[in-house]
Amino acid sequence: MSAPGLRRANTEPRWLRALLLASGLGFLFCFLVLPLLAVFAEAFAAGWTAYAEALADPEARSAIGLTLLVALLVLPLNVLFGVTAAWAIAKFEFLGKSLLITLIDLPFAVSPVVVGLVFLLIFGAQGVFGPWLAVHDIKVVFALPAIVLVTMFITLPFVARELIPLMQTQGKDEEEAAISLGATGWQMFRRVTLPNIKWGLLYGVILANARAMGEFGAVSVVSGHIRGETNTLPLHVEILYNEYNAVGAFASASVLALLALVTLFAKTVVEWRMRRETSMLSAELPAEKTRDCLVEKAVDEHAGMSPGRKIS
Amino acid sequence: MMLSNLPKQQVLPGFRLSLGCAVAYLSLLILLPLSGLAFKASHLSLPEFWAVASGERALASYRVTFGASLLAATINSFFGLIVAWILVRYSFPGKRTIDALVDLPFALPTAVAGITLATLYSDNGLIGRHLAPLGMQVAFTPLGIVVALTFIGLPFVVRTLQPVIEDIEPEIEEAAASLGASRLQTFTRVLLPAIFPALLTGFTLAFSRSIGEYGSVIFIAGNMPLISEITPLLIISKLEQYDVVGATALAVVMLLISFVMLFLVNGLQWWAAKRHASPAAGAGVGR
Repeated sequence: MSAPGLRRANTEPRWLRALLLASGLGFLFCFLVLPLLAVFAEAFAAGWTAYAEALADPEARSAIGLTLLVALLVLPLNVLFGVTAAWAIAKFEFLGKSLLITLIDLPFAVSPVVVGLVFLLIFGAQGVFGPWLAVHDIKVVFALPAIVLVTMFITLPFVARELIPLMQTQGKDEEEAAISLGATGWQMFRRVTLPNIKWGLLYGVILANARAMGEFGAVSVVSGHIRGETNTLPLHVEILYNEYNAVGAFASASVLALLALVTLFAKTVVEWRMRRETSMLSAELPAEKTRDCLVEKAVDEHAGMSPGRKIS
Repeated sequence: MMLSNLPKQQVLPGFRLSLGCAVAYLSLLILLPLSGLAFKASHLSLPEFWAVASGERALASYRVTFGASLLAATINSFFGLIVAWILVRYSFPGKRTIDALVDLPFALPTAVAGITLATLYSDNGLIGRHLAPLGMQVAFTPLGIVVALTFIGLPFVVRTLQPVIEDIEPEIEEAAASLGASRLQTFTRVLLPAIFPALLTGFTLAFSRSIGEYGSVIFIAGNMPLISEITPLLIISKLEQYDVVGATALAVVMLLISFVMLFLVNGLQWWAAKRHASPAAGAGVGR
């Protein structure tokens, strides 16, 4: 069995490789690259001045402001929930843990429209708390509170889902050591837990932020579309598009597309940092690594070419 | 073991505080609203509920939603497998950028995706222009829904498959080849069984996301009742007509479907993890 022969057997024939590359990349070009380029092409279709004017419009500005405000209100709460939920789930054993994890996953599965409707049924005029809210003159639906609430619902899983597996693999030895050396709970969190989870936390925040700023369906149901007041940027895009104001719609859309690109870039950088930290960690333990290699070698010699040996 | 574990659990602080915070947040945002929906739905009698949930327009909307989601998830499974394969196995210029770009549908707001796809696929759009002479109308037809849902679902399939393809040991393929299998046989008998659970999981994730999708679809769908109206849109139009009862009934149907999908995805992931972990993952090679 010559090595070149095996190598050839291990990959596809040249023509098939070319075909797979062409169809895969062609598909990505049509479905990802082209739409992305089209957003900017349409936004600048009438020139720079029209673009700048569309974004300087007071309604566009208020929509951008509201979108930023909602993200600013939601993200800290989301981080607080994500860290506390991950701490409880990853470091302790308790009854109903898997139910809790399923509940955290739920917002991924529910349609945004249903999310909006559900909050409408609670806080709307005919809703469960509707009459009480009306008596006390508290406006929830068709106002900022409802937009914040549905965004909290939609973004709920992002940070927690990122931190739970991370904190589970890290175990609790380091924190226990800190506590037994006399650290307070806060000191332990600041000095041990936070440095360990910072990249995962940032990763979750980046994803949650993109979703918070871009959410459309759920916000659309509860916002009431009051111009200059309860229109977020995605809703503003919809209104302009439906008014056949293509340049205005795509100018606002290009801001959101830019946000998406920044998100992808930041996400890639954080992924790269996480990978580097993991590889640095394993490089710090040369003794264990050599031992593993020796064991593997011994197994190799013992088992010969047996396939699937490392899949365990 | 048990005894040494017990005191250890009490070393770390903050269990009550963190669990309390998490449960409070979940109760406010998930349990309270969902029980509100259940409470509202309980005002409906069963025949009333059934009349709305199985009305002509509702049934047509399920057909459109499920049909388009199924087709889009199938397209994504096919091309997603190719994309995941070339991203893991082949090297080509710009690979890292393209890899990062696969997540674009996660990051791009759905309304932006919706208006952009509608513009591209309309009769004088960049893509629609070339399809129109072929008699293919995409925008403002059910086909447009499939296009939007394909866009939305792509990362689910690719991102589920990538780590699994990365983990396939080259030795398995070498063994198959050295035992005389052709590349096609190696693919169908060795590689496909190993990646199939992940492929199915990716398919289900893309499908379940598609069913609830709203923002990217409504701009390109045309939204004709009975023809290109998805269920989430029907809920919205019932709300706009102040038919809260009808909207609630449809929301209950969609929520039940969400629960079933969540259950299915969890089961599939458990199955995939089990298959992945067992030595039988390379099954067929030894035989």
